[in-house]
Amino acid sequence: MGSLITTSQTSSPHARRSRSTAQVMLWVMIATLPGLAVQTAYFGWGNLINVVLCILVAMGSEALVLALRKRPVGFYLKDNTAAVTGLLLGLALPPLAPWWVSVVAVVAAIVMAKQLYGGLGSNPFNPAMVGYALVLVSFPVAMTTNWAAPAGLWQSAPDLGATLHSIFAGGQTAIDGYTMATPLDVYKHEIGSHVAAEVWQNPTFGTGVARGWEWVNAAFLLGGIGLVALRIITWHIPVSVLGALAVMSLALGSNPDVTAPLSLHLLAGATMLGAFFIATDPVSAATSHQGKLIYGAGIGVLLYLIRTWGNYPDAVAFAVLLMNFAAPFIDHYTQPRTYGHRKARRGIASKGAD
Amino acid sequence: MTALWQFPGGIHPDENKHQSSARAIREAGLPPALILPLQQHIGAPAQTRVDVGQHVLKGDCLADAQGPMGVPVHAPTSGTIEAISQQPVPHPSGLSDWCVTLVPDGEDRWGARHPISDYPQRERAEILAAIRQAGIVGLGGAGFPTSVKLQPPKQDTITTLILNAAECEPYITADDRLMRERAPDIVAGIEIMMWLVRPERCLIGIEDNKPEAIAALREATRGSTAEVVVIPTRYPSGGEKQLIQILTGREVPHGGIPADIGVICQNVGTAAAVARAIHQGEPLISRITTVTGNAVDYAGNFEVLLGTPVDYLLSLAGVHDEGVRRLVHGGPMMGFTLPDAGVPVVKSTNCIIAAGEGELAEPSIEQPCIRCGACAEACPMELLPQQLFWTSKSGEFDKAEHLNLFDCIECGACAYVCPSSIPLVQYYRYAKGEVRNQRAEQLKADQARQRFEARQARLEREQAEKEARRKERAKAAARSASEPGEADDAKAARAAAVRDAVARKQQATASQPDHNEPAGAASPANTGGPPGEPAGPPIDLADLEKQLAQARNKLNTMAGMLKEARAAGTDNVDKLERAVAKNRDRVIRAEQALADAHTRVDATPTSTD
Repeated sequence: MGSLITTSQTSSPHARRSRSTAQVMLWVMIATLPGLAVQTAYFGWGNLINVVLCILVAMGSEALVLALRKRPVGFYLKDNTAAVTGLLLGLALPPLAPWWVSVVAVVAAIVMAKQLYGGLGSNPFNPAMVGYALVLVSFPVAMTTNWAAPAGLWQSAPDLGATLHSIFAGGQTAIDGYTMATPLDVYKHEIGSHVAAEVWQNPTFGTGVARGWEWVNAAFLLGGIGLVALRIITWHIPVSVLGALAVMSLALGSNPDVTAPLSLHLLAGATMLGAFFIATDPVSAATSHQGKLIYGAGIGVLLYLIRTWGNYPDAVAFAVLLMNFAAPFIDHYTQPRTYGHRKARRGIASKGAD
Repeated sequence: MTALWQFPGGIHPDENKHQSSARAIREAGLPPALILPLQQHIGAPAQTRVDVGQHVLKGDCLADAQGPMGVPVHAPTSGTIEAISQQPVPHPSGLSDWCVTLVPDGEDRWGARHPISDYPQRERAEILAAIRQAGIVGLGGAGFPTSVKLQPPKQDTITTLILNAAECEPYITADDRLMRERAPDIVAGIEIMMWLVRPERCLIGIEDNKPEAIAALREATRGSTAEVVVIPTRYPSGGEKQLIQILTGREVPHGGIPADIGVICQNVGTAAAVARAIHQGEPLISRITTVTGNAVDYAGNFEVLLGTPVDYLLSLAGVHDEGVRRLVHGGPMMGFTLPDAGVPVVKSTNCIIAAGEGELAEPSIEQPCIRCGACAEACPMELLPQQLFWTSKSGEFDKAEHLNLFDCIECGACAYVCPSSIPLVQYYRYAKGEVRNQRAEQLKADQARQRFEARQARLEREQAEKEARRKERAKAAARSASEPGEADDAKAARAAAVRDAVARKQQATASQPDHNEPAGAASPANTGGPPGEPAGPPIDLADLEKQLAQARNKLNTMAGMLKEARAAGTDNVDKLERAVAKNRDRVIRAEQALADAHTRVDATPTSTD
């Protein structure tokens, strides 16, 4: 009686089928590939070099801090989250930014914004955007003069060697001819003294909305839709970011002779990368569906406000970081209504509130 | 057709039902011994009514129901009571509990059975009592006494009787086989239940992955008012709250029961047991249990006598002992692991999974939560599982409660989808346990405070009454002095009372100077009393010492209470602090009084008695 079979004792549920965090992050990286490919095709090798550099630096600094913190390095590195942070910075930084700008951004992102707060899951701010904002305010010249012109790899974009030389050896003069202000920047600064029709003549816009940029954004949109379809992210944040941006643009900037038109807001700059890949960082975003809608809308509104009236041509980093501040507050007031409750509980827990 | 609603969230785990659903129900037969726990249900354990060595017949009551939620335990076969002892029972805690061990005599001889063929002519209470006496509890897994559920609170009008045939947990096919093979029994049970609660309608909710069972039920319910409602397969559609939501669109209110919205929910196996109890007079002594998993060769369903050891059952299914990696009681989503295959099958044992290599794999190492929200997408109760996890992990239980911790049904959908392999349900169980402990302690502290406050109030009241009496007597004395015409005896009595009171007061003044008096009155400077005044009343040193001891005792008690109150953080700390200060003064005064008395005694030894 009572023959013992030694088996493992665990808590329910005993069945699991989930995508691991590592897989989730891998899917995010895969989904950025169309965007990266189009970036490379139009703007040359810069972004690709940046991406590789940033991922290596990100994983290196993550490993270093994990070792200092006496955490299992291999276990945490395998979750791919540091790689994603590096990847996003590589995609977002100016293609021809000098190597030290990228390194400062990545180290700030991984060491300061992520590991100093306790590592994965504990960071209140989007690490990649902390790094980006830091270099943007610290090195404004390097961050505004190193945007590649949409020369096209198949046309006149500098070759790999020249690009490497430019990024790592400071050979800026060699390819100065291939840099160009971004469309949002051009529009913002020229519309003050020109009418829209004149501004559109600038070569940065090409024949479409914003030469090269429109296809980069389309490619990130495609990858983002893929993430929604794969249920890696939900539709709430991207839709509310883009929706709020569109509403703001239509309501406050319908005259193209005064402000950038909606098409430029949606298809130039880092709009789609921001809406689908950056704002959706779950760690620093709001959590409930309603909260995500508010969070995303806040980013969309700030994006428009800073682009239009702020000092920076693009504003994804600042908009995301500002809403990161608000995320815990939003979470407190957007709890869903639980089954069996007449209404949702809001606010923070207080003794005796039942 | 009944309209269907949806519940939020839910998951689609691998069903793994085909392994056991293909074989017909087999009789498990008589094991060498049956171990019958006295508590196989929610409610108080049953009270044994048999002795060791006693011979019992099949169906005899072995233990009587205790309390309103109790149900009795019956002998599953005829045989001899071998022991009444603590034995390992199937429970997540892995602890032992009181069990009756019955050794079958092999004759399987029935005792007296009392079928009720004419239940519609009987009183409802009689039928409910018969169901309770048959030991019937919910066979879906929770083990709630069926007769209690069939007697909803008087203010609730039952409109819908729901039969839970969803069987949404993977692996389990016990209800599926029961419906395929014994649908008429289920319908007979449904009729009895409908007669008892008189609902407007009866819905049998069944997932669409059981076409044979659906067909069998449709056939059996032809001509009956019960309607078979096929629902989409999605875990946990068989959760009571979810099934009610799917079939009625309504939600059981927080803290309420289904009857509050006019619904009673019963498992199909329970219905069959009710039919057997009423029509055949047979108590609940067996049930259908699925035995499955990769470590058994012949997965299937067994009609098992309650008390049958799990290892006996596993051997019938052709278990490979060395191949068992995990032994699960119940389903893979909500069941618990068994440390010992010697535990018996009980009323709630719907499934035993002997998981083999690679099956129900060990969870990988817990990683940090990335707040991805997959858990919230899966939660059927619309909770925020990740927020609950953070607050549970950091011990912020008030926040966890604010996030509706206690609405969690522990279905496991969140942990199933968690990319960081966090054992979320385990965190919630821990938080619930901690909150329950805190509540119990708070209750204890509240009671202590109430007792203390009541005592303080009583003491104050007594003091006030004493004071009032004193004033009354003083007034009366003054009156009697001014009215000499009163009867002599009354006057004498009053005079005596006044004398008494004056004497008492003087003594009190001497031993324990009242704080109303000038502070100097008891100070050592006045030890001898003003010159020319007669020496004070007789001094009783023993009495003063007694008073000092009492005052010290009281001070100690109060200080002790204050310490406890501070430790427990209750809100009567202020009051206790004042009380301690007051008692300390009292002790000091008593000490002084004693010191005075000593000096006086030394100075005027003749004045003492």
